Amino acid sequence: MSRFLFPLIGFVVLLGFLAFGLTLKPSEVPSPLIDKPAPAFTLPQLANPGETFSPDAMKGKVWLMNVWASWCFACLEEHPVIRELTTEHGVPVVGLNYKDIRNEAISWLNRHGDSYLVTVSDTQGRVGIDYGVYGVPETFLIDQTGVIRYKHIGPVTHDAVRDTILPMIRELEK
Amino acid sequence: MIPEIGHFALILTLFVALAQGGITLAGAARGNATWIGFARPAARAQFSLVAISFVLLMWSFIVKDFSVSYVAVNSNSQLPWFYRMAAVWGGHEGSLLLWLLMQTGWAYAVSLFSRQLPDVMVARVLGVLGLVTAGFLLFVLLTSNPFERLVPAPMEGMDLNPLLQDVGLIFHPPLLYMGYVGFSVVFAFAIAALLAGQLDSAWARWSRPWATAAWLFLTLGIALGSWWAYYELGWGGWWFWDPVENSSFVPWLVGTALIHSLAVTEKRASFKNWTVLLAISTFALSLLGAFLVRSGVLTSVHAFATDPRRGVFLLMLFAVVVGSSLLLFAIRAPKVGLGGRFELFSRESLLLVNNVLLAVAAGAVLLGTLYPLFIDALGMGKISVGPPYFNLVFVPLMVPALLLIAVGPVANWKRAKLRDVLKQLNLPLFVAVVAGVGVPFLYGRWSALVALGIALAAWIATAVVMGIFKRMRATRSGLLAQPRSWMGMHIAHLGMAVFVVGVTLVMGYETEQDIRMAPGQTVTAAGYELTFRGVRSELGANYAAQVGDIVLSRDGRQLRLMHPEKRNYFFSEMPMTEVAIDANGLRHLYVALGEPLADGAWSVRVHYKPFIDWIWIGCILMALGGLLAISDRRYRLKRREKRTAVIAQEAKA
Repeated sequence: MSRFLFPLIGFVVLLGFLAFGLTLKPSEVPSPLIDKPAPAFTLPQLANPGETFSPDAMKGKVWLMNVWASWCFACLEEHPVIRELTTEHGVPVVGLNYKDIRNEAISWLNRHGDSYLVTVSDTQGRVGIDYGVYGVPETFLIDQTGVIRYKHIGPVTHDAVRDTILPMIRELEK
Repeated sequence: MIPEIGHFALILTLFVALAQGGITLAGAARGNATWIGFARPAARAQFSLVAISFVLLMWSFIVKDFSVSYVAVNSNSQLPWFYRMAAVWGGHEGSLLLWLLMQTGWAYAVSLFSRQLPDVMVARVLGVLGLVTAGFLLFVLLTSNPFERLVPAPMEGMDLNPLLQDVGLIFHPPLLYMGYVGFSVVFAFAIAALLAGQLDSAWARWSRPWATAAWLFLTLGIALGSWWAYYELGWGGWWFWDPVENSSFVPWLVGTALIHSLAVTEKRASFKNWTVLLAISTFALSLLGAFLVRSGVLTSVHAFATDPRRGVFLLMLFAVVVGSSLLLFAIRAPKVGLGGRFELFSRESLLLVNNVLLAVAAGAVLLGTLYPLFIDALGMGKISVGPPYFNLVFVPLMVPALLLIAVGPVANWKRAKLRDVLKQLNLPLFVAVVAGVGVPFLYGRWSALVALGIALAAWIATAVVMGIFKRMRATRSGLLAQPRSWMGMHIAHLGMAVFVVGVTLVMGYETEQDIRMAPGQTVTAAGYELTFRGVRSELGANYAAQVGDIVLSRDGRQLRLMHPEKRNYFFSEMPMTEVAIDANGLRHLYVALGEPLADGAWSVRVHYKPFIDWIWIGCILMALGGLLAISDRRYRLKRREKRTAVIAQEAKA
């Protein structure tokens, strides 16, 4: 009988690994940029392209950079949460308008409200590459010295704001 | 109201399935004819109920009932009607309902096409299938109810994932599931035989057509998935060794071993334990595939919404189904006799080697797929295993397996003479060497791998053609008079040769160029001239597209216009690439729009893919071979004989 038990034994070992695998989250690939200085850039502002913006302007503040696009449905979903962050909690949020068409981005903001401190246009997605953006929306938490402290992938939820993002901001602001 | 009826039908099905599992298995154990008789009507009832709930979900999609959460997430008012229908299986919950529809459909088919089987056997098979159905129904009802309401109902749906808005989607999942679920029938036959303690040739003969049917659906499903990825993802690849692809490929490899092993068990009564283990494994691996895809344990390009509850439930289902089967195997297998004896060199031994190769290959692919999980679980970091590993391990294992394809059919059962076999392989060997050396020279660039691949394909194809001619001469009858199962084997083997030609030439001679094209500019790629006329905007039903106009010509002669597109779907987040392909059976010219550059110029990607169609044609031939095999006379004959016998009996009485 013994050798006919081998398939069962092998199966039980496999089950053990699979069960353990359920407790892991492979999609949470740690961003290599965490605790590294935020990549510098200078981009035209969406509202008036004559003006530019670069992260240096935010030195001394704890702020969020939210990557969004008018073609992105999930961005619409997180939009009220972003507004809540800026209005109720007073967190400065800079929008990085990613691979978008200027007119569409502006009318999107007109339709759904604009609570961004400023929005910059990354039409070619070059800055997105520097920040390792692989899906929109993504949100970066950057501290007073310009170091990326946290990256949120996907739409920002109320839970994420309450449990992770706000506590981190309050901690950094101390 | 309609969605609630659908939900209710599913709940009813659960009770019928549980009753069927309990009553018929108990009836078979006790020899109670009334209880055994419950099997067939119960199978019919389950299929009807699930079909009702499936149609009702489809109805909710057609009438755009966004108060059903699943419809709201996977559809949109601007989505064309045929995609709204296909969207039924575009997400997790609906695809499980499709799974159930097929599960009960296969069981219903068993109840229809099993007239020649003893009723006890049918009862056991249907009882096991009923329990499997019940397990999946519990999964659907407890964690993935497609009929869940959304209050308040949104005005608009979120739209179907644009990747899935394609004819490929309409057919890919149903075919794949037909394959996966079809193996549950073979599994049920194996469990039934183990329960009855009757692992014999009759069991193998009954299982064979079901195994072949499931295998042919899986073959088509995988091929269609590959074709879909090729033209829809816009990367120009046809196979990515992605975890989800692998989880359909591993059951295919084991299923291929199974149909060969079943042949031995039927003809020679050998390999019985091995065959039964393969039958259990094939279905177990199908379940494992479902678990890996749905639980989010592995990351993949196939994004399904993942939910930890689902993962836990599926793992439990997997543990119960496979664990109990393997336990039953461990208890019953030692009592099974060895079957017909055979010599070291015989068709049996060759098929055994083929089985081992296929099983090891399946194990290697599975290992590569699960390796990141093992490493992560052991706390050794996060890694991913890429195509280099799979190519390195898989190709060397397949070379001897391909060599054997030509040898097996010419070797005798029980005991083969090496000299006779070699004599029959002289011509294939000659053709293989000539083709292997010649083809790379025709293409103008020597490559040892191309030579090897072409030689193997020529070796198989020549042996197949020779085998067919020899048999026609020996039986003095035409091609169509030959037994279909025998023809099926040869067609499937020929399909394998065609497939190998495709893979070899694509890997050996494909080219890829990224070109910057300004309007009016002409560039040369792969011996063709491409003239870029510019990009215009177009509006589709639920997307805006930028359409490129490219004139394809050769030696100054205009061939055709090509229109690669970039689409932005209004309601979802992804920009999509629609490629333009010029195909002529011998090569593809594959053009994809890249990114817009300054001054109206675009980056354009041009691939040249020699013989890529042959990859899918080969798969279709393999499936066709399977179809021929299951339509063989001997399966139909048995039923007719039985029926005439019954009629004769009734006439007497």
